[in-house]
Amino acid sequence: MGPHKRRAGVWGGAPYRKKMKHTFVVHVEDKPGVLNRVASLFRRRAFNIESLTVGHTETADVSRMTIVVDTDANGARRLEANLYKLVNVLRVTDLTGQAAVIRDLTLIRVAASHQTRTHVMQLVGTFRARVVDVAPESLVIEATGTEEKVDGLLAVLRPFGVLEMVRTGRVAMARGQQSVATEATGGAPTDAPDDTVSHSV
Amino acid sequence: MAEIRTGAQILWESLVREGVSTVFGYPGGAILPAYDAMLEYPIRHVLVRHEQGATHMADGYARASGEVGVAVATSGPGATNMVTGIATAMLDSSPIVCITGQVGSKVIGSDAFQETDVTGVTLPITKHNYLVTDVADVAPTLHEAFYVARSGRPGPVLVDITKDAQQSSGEFVWDPSPVELPGYRPKLRASEAEYQQAIDLINGAKRPIIFAGHGVMLSGAMDLVRELAERANIPIAMTLLGIGSFPALHPLNLGMMGMHGEAWVNQAIQEADLLLAFGMRFDDRVTGNTKTYAPNARKIHIDIDPAEFNKNVIVDVALAGDLSHVLRDLLPRIERGDRSGWLATIADVKGDSAVRDVQNIPDTGHLYAAHVINDIWRLTDGRAVVVTDVGQHQMWEAQYYHHQEPRSLITSGGLGTMGFALPAAIGAKLARPDAEVWVIVGDGGFQMTMCELATIAQEKIKINVAIINNGYLGMVRQWQEFFYERRYAATPLLSPDFVKLVDAFGLRSARVSRRPDVVPTIEMARAEPGTVVIDFKVEQEDTVYPMVPAGADLHSMIRRPSPSPIVETADD
Repeated sequence: MGPHKRRAGVWGGAPYRKKMKHTFVVHVEDKPGVLNRVASLFRRRAFNIESLTVGHTETADVSRMTIVVDTDANGARRLEANLYKLVNVLRVTDLTGQAAVIRDLTLIRVAASHQTRTHVMQLVGTFRARVVDVAPESLVIEATGTEEKVDGLLAVLRPFGVLEMVRTGRVAMARGQQSVATEATGGAPTDAPDDTVSHSV
Repeated sequence: MAEIRTGAQILWESLVREGVSTVFGYPGGAILPAYDAMLEYPIRHVLVRHEQGATHMADGYARASGEVGVAVATSGPGATNMVTGIATAMLDSSPIVCITGQVGSKVIGSDAFQETDVTGVTLPITKHNYLVTDVADVAPTLHEAFYVARSGRPGPVLVDITKDAQQSSGEFVWDPSPVELPGYRPKLRASEAEYQQAIDLINGAKRPIIFAGHGVMLSGAMDLVRELAERANIPIAMTLLGIGSFPALHPLNLGMMGMHGEAWVNQAIQEADLLLAFGMRFDDRVTGNTKTYAPNARKIHIDIDPAEFNKNVIVDVALAGDLSHVLRDLLPRIERGDRSGWLATIADVKGDSAVRDVQNIPDTGHLYAAHVINDIWRLTDGRAVVVTDVGQHQMWEAQYYHHQEPRSLITSGGLGTMGFALPAAIGAKLARPDAEVWVIVGDGGFQMTMCELATIAQEKIKINVAIINNGYLGMVRQWQEFFYERRYAATPLLSPDFVKLVDAFGLRSARVSRRPDVVPTIEMARAEPGTVVIDFKVEQEDTVYPMVPAGADLHSMIRRPSPSPIVETADD
């Protein structure tokens, strides 16, 4: 018997080896050491974190992480399964390929002399960014948007001299009615099979 | 009315309510309040000689009984000494709870005497861990810890309790109701579509093999696996930790697969058209080169841990869930099968391999480990609990001791921890006092934890120890022989006189270097009321065959040489 065609199951199926950026939204219990557990998992399983943000949510005691990882489809699935094994992880959503609002907040200190300031401010306006601080030889610009938009802004500012920059990394939320948050925190645990709740083992 | 107790008392109140009667530990400053309170409770404390031993004992206790094993240590070095044992339990999914003392909560972070960030150190090698700084958290945390350790895919859980949390008093409230954690619900069910795919593959397979892993025993699915195998006539191959889950002498049992699996097993895997992997994880020691692994086989993987799916080997159908539940759902839909052609094909290869087996070689006066282990098997009727260390003897044990019972082979498979056997056997014996317990250990591994002989003497424990003494770190020497041009770097091993050493501990010992002495000495050890350690001086440069070199194709194994270099002629 020679090589055969594989049937796709929920877990089985053809290995999808193409790497791409995966965006995970991870709801976790707001307890000491949880960030360490999540970060340690990525390190231990040899996944590279591109960015990780963490902050409060609409629910007390629940934090939300947005984690961007460069991996293939199989890696993303294993990562999700491994995240669920952490006792403090409540829900994992892979937003990759879903309609989602994705934002990155950036602060950029750019050199702007008396001669160049107006030009810089015009560019900032074009990108719908804002000047939030003005000094004699520089400006601080705040930009919010997709990473591509911020990258575009950076490209045009570089010739003036980018003196300092900080980016938050991606935060994300699915578009439309669907809410990952309610599923993560609401409802009593049941024995019924339910793909929407944590299934640590 | 809630009663007022110290945190230390609440610790023991909780352990007793979790069904704990035996703990393995070593006292020290930060755990002293707990030790003081222990005297008030019905707990047997086994004083170990090194905290690593305590974790291996708890592990052996858990593997022999299926119950959670408990190890106790103080902060700092006491806790860090546990690391190897915790990692061992982690890789073999063994449920243990480790309780460590921690410095007072006010001085955490100040590099206080014997302070170590133990929850940080053990984070990647525990299933979960806790730092308890408040007396009110002691009871609920322990209840949760035992639940996490034993449920789902079992594993080690560490609870680090500060000294002030042990000393201060609070209300003791025991809530025996099942633990419900918002982020931990180890109850999975596969979908009907996945079940149907599995059924179709199984009923349609012509050359299927079942893989029985540790999960078969952890799930208690031995009878269900047997029912499936017998109904559908599917042969079973076992992982090292799966040994015992299916009777070794059952005609459908092929034996151990993988790096030191017999040729007929590995060859059958390469020719199979369906693998049914039950509670195993396609470890690299099992698969060899995954690119050429079982190239013609569809694969069904049943495991309680979805993170194992498609980790090492891509499978066609993966059923997440407790193996017993899944098999109960599958069994009614499995058709009876006649696979005599397939079984006959395997039997043909088996016949060819068996003639080269060392047991079929006439006695030439030399003592081989395989002889010793095979004789222990014969004399114990395959019913002993055998605890092995790591290395050549471990593989020979897997090949020549034919286990008929579940939980009768206890060995460090995933981590391969030398020094495991002696302490784990102490734990196993205390879990099953009526069992005949044998340790099979190399001269290297024995010296790593032989201090626990003192524990055996103090606790008056009866086990039998067979040291397979070849004067080398044998498995490493074997790799050097095969892959490093026989450059024996740091593998020749000088050992103390084990007979004198054991005598110094007040235990009985014997030395055997001729084959005729093997059986009488084993019989003497079995009859002796106390622990007996036998130093078997075996052939020094013996080799475990067959062998699939690391990363090589499973079918390209180094076979037993024929004629074998270990067959001597009259001129030897």
